[in-house]
Amino acid sequence: MHTEDLTTTLQQHPFLAGFSEEHMKTLLGCASNVRFMENATIFREGEIANTFYLVRSGRVALEIDFPGRGAMRIQTVGPGEVLGWSWLISPYRWHFTAVAAVETRAIALDGECLRNKCESDSGFGYDVLLRLAQVMESRLEATRLQLLDMYGLITSEVRK
Amino acid sequence: MDVLTLEGLASLLSTLRSQGFTLIGPTLRDGAIVLDELSSSDDLPRGWREEQAPGAYSLEKRSDDALFGYVVSQHSWKRFLYPPRTCLFKATKSGKAFEVQPSNGASHAPYAFIGVRSCDLHAMGLLDKVFRNGEYPDPGYVERRANAFIVAVQCTEPAGTCFCSSMNTGPRATGGFDIALTELVDGGDHLFLAEGGTERGRLLLASLSARPAGPDDVRKAEGLFEKAGRTFSRQMPPGDKSPLVGEYFDHGRWDDIAKRCLSCANCTMVCPTCFCSTVEETTDLTGTRAERWRRWDSCFTTDFSRVAGGNIRMSTRTRYRQWITHKLVHWVDQFGEPGCVGCGRCITWCPAHIDITAEAAAFIEPTIISTNTQGG
Amino acid sequence: MNNVVAPVPHGVTDPMLSHPVLIRRIIWENDDTFTLTLDMGDWAGPFKFLPGQFNMVYVFGVGEAAISISSDPHKTGLLDHTIHRVGTVTTSLAQKKRGDVIGLRGPYGSSWPIDAAKGKDVCIISGGIGLAPLRPVVYTLARQRDLYKRIIVLYGGRSPLDLLYRVELEKWANENNIETLVTVDRGDTSWKGHIGVVTGLFNYIKLDARETVAYVCGPEIMMKYTVDELERRGVPSDHVFLSMERNLKCAVGFCGHCQFGPTFICKEGPVYPLPKIRPLMERKEL
Repeated sequence: MHTEDLTTTLQQHPFLAGFSEEHMKTLLGCASNVRFMENATIFREGEIANTFYLVRSGRVALEIDFPGRGAMRIQTVGPGEVLGWSWLISPYRWHFTAVAAVETRAIALDGECLRNKCESDSGFGYDVLLRLAQVMESRLEATRLQLLDMYGLITSEVRK
Repeated sequence: MDVLTLEGLASLLSTLRSQGFTLIGPTLRDGAIVLDELSSSDDLPRGWREEQAPGAYSLEKRSDDALFGYVVSQHSWKRFLYPPRTCLFKATKSGKAFEVQPSNGASHAPYAFIGVRSCDLHAMGLLDKVFRNGEYPDPGYVERRANAFIVAVQCTEPAGTCFCSSMNTGPRATGGFDIALTELVDGGDHLFLAEGGTERGRLLLASLSARPAGPDDVRKAEGLFEKAGRTFSRQMPPGDKSPLVGEYFDHGRWDDIAKRCLSCANCTMVCPTCFCSTVEETTDLTGTRAERWRRWDSCFTTDFSRVAGGNIRMSTRTRYRQWITHKLVHWVDQFGEPGCVGCGRCITWCPAHIDITAEAAAFIEPTIISTNTQGG
Repeated sequence: MNNVVAPVPHGVTDPMLSHPVLIRRIIWENDDTFTLTLDMGDWAGPFKFLPGQFNMVYVFGVGEAAISISSDPHKTGLLDHTIHRVGTVTTSLAQKKRGDVIGLRGPYGSSWPIDAAKGKDVCIISGGIGLAPLRPVVYTLARQRDLYKRIIVLYGGRSPLDLLYRVELEKWANENNIETLVTVDRGDTSWKGHIGVVTGLFNYIKLDARETVAYVCGPEIMMKYTVDELERRGVPSDHVFLSMERNLKCAVGFCGHCQFGPTFICKEGPVYPLPKIRPLMERKEL
């Protein structure tokens, strides 16, 4: 992949909207293009987390193993969204398994590379973290709504 | 205007009876004035006066023999126009199919209401908006209302809980009746000034050969009206009530009320305009006959606002709020005027002595408003 | 099947009478939701409904329940009602068999303002059983597809097996040029679609906000979040319509149960333009 193409791809990803040209150059050093076949496991729960994915197309399902029920999918990440921030937070291990539900293309950003750049350039670090915080907030809000189980009426809760 | 004697009044009632009307009017029973069937003017309570205050009602003997010396009691004409229980239809099952026979609107003798006060006349007008003037008129109500002959009685002695003057619904009835009477009991004379309000009312008066009213009679009546206007001991505060559903929707005052309100639903039962109902199905033991019944309901009941998953209004606090805001604010949005006619019944018959005028004032008269602005 | 109705005085038709209709077909959509297809018999001609309206469905000896009509308004010989088994009447309906007779009266209520959508993008957002009163809209739009620009259906359910009308959702996507995105709150590994709240689906469609008309129906909390999201994305609030629910007992404006602040849901609703009810939605225990 040519560097110019990768730059364009990065510039087009919504996560990086408004990212300065200078910080984009910093990011480029950690970036590469990846593609996953349908059903490919991207990473597993418990493994070392060292990549930050910007999903370009397709869909990634987040799974948690439910002993007795098998793997349950609790979230999907689609085009324009991001996958995984455990590379940022010690002990740098994945808390869930990620599987490509359909063929998926993404930009992979090396975790250690990103961590080092965040540390050495705090302006860059702030930019990345601010965007991550926004993603986390919207993910949390969505999770809360999913938790409410608003479509399901549990019969015992219905008062006659 | 004519003047009727006691005999003239008796004649008025007996004429109505002979025309096929069922007379309904005030009677004395169990220490209260109760609306019931009258056979003649002899059934009217003679020489009684009401003492009404928040949570208190009693009858006291008058010093005269007035037949209409009280005002309104726990009954209102609502129960005759819109009965507490109505069978809507009867259904019969045969095999998998069923047949439906309508039952609401079953004819009976038309009513003649004797002794209707101005507040209650307005209340009937409000019930008309609900049951007659909407997209789906209630056939039973339409029939009973059209047939009812109304003999109103002008209030000259408002009771302690009355506030019709501040609601512009009284004390003087100016329309909506077939005949309006003003009782004049003065020393030895016992007369009724009679005004015809409709063609059939005037015809009936003409048939009684009453003498025309003289300036003296009219002057006496005016004197009573003027005195009545000065007698009110409470009023609904004037002004916009919409803050009750706006900025005061979560005010701490609602909690104050909730501490006192028993959610007993008395106010909705005695109110002449509360119209909420519920619908129920009953079957016989064989399961081949079913009936659909409508009965009065109250927004104070726990399940009134039930949706799948629970009740929207879960507390007394929000249910009282619903009642008062519907009556004073949302009625205006829905029907163009407040649903309250100032009859005072809800105040008299509330076991917790809650006064709708005082509660409204607590919100919209700033000097009285509680400094506690925390939401419930 | 005879329906003997005695004449009512004063020429006022009795609004509370129920008409018997026959159950033609029962489809179980999921564990507690089923669709009844009713044969309207000789009532088919006179009976007309608009998308969004509801009937009062009567079970002899049990009572009535307000159920949205979920079939094609063009075809009134057979009427569909998708019902959530949640109370006495709906449980009784759930026990009915093909050939049983139940009662109907209606249609009642306001409808989705489809004319407002002509020449525009239409976004239909629903959750759970909320898709039922919106399905007639999709049928109507699909029937005259050229009158509308983009048609987007966003639908959320609890799990893959809880989704309604799965076959039709696919059909709309494949045959009617309708962008259909479906999400669930959770699924197993056989589910390859989206997982997350229905508002998350907005990330995957680029809305032309000012050109969009939105129809929203589902649990009230889902509608609240959806409305916030639409606002955030710049859809004008008078382009947004919701279907509200309250306790509907008489459907004709007498019983007072369905009041939502100043409005009777059976009279002015259940479909409302957002500006009319936004302030009411903010109030707790209204």
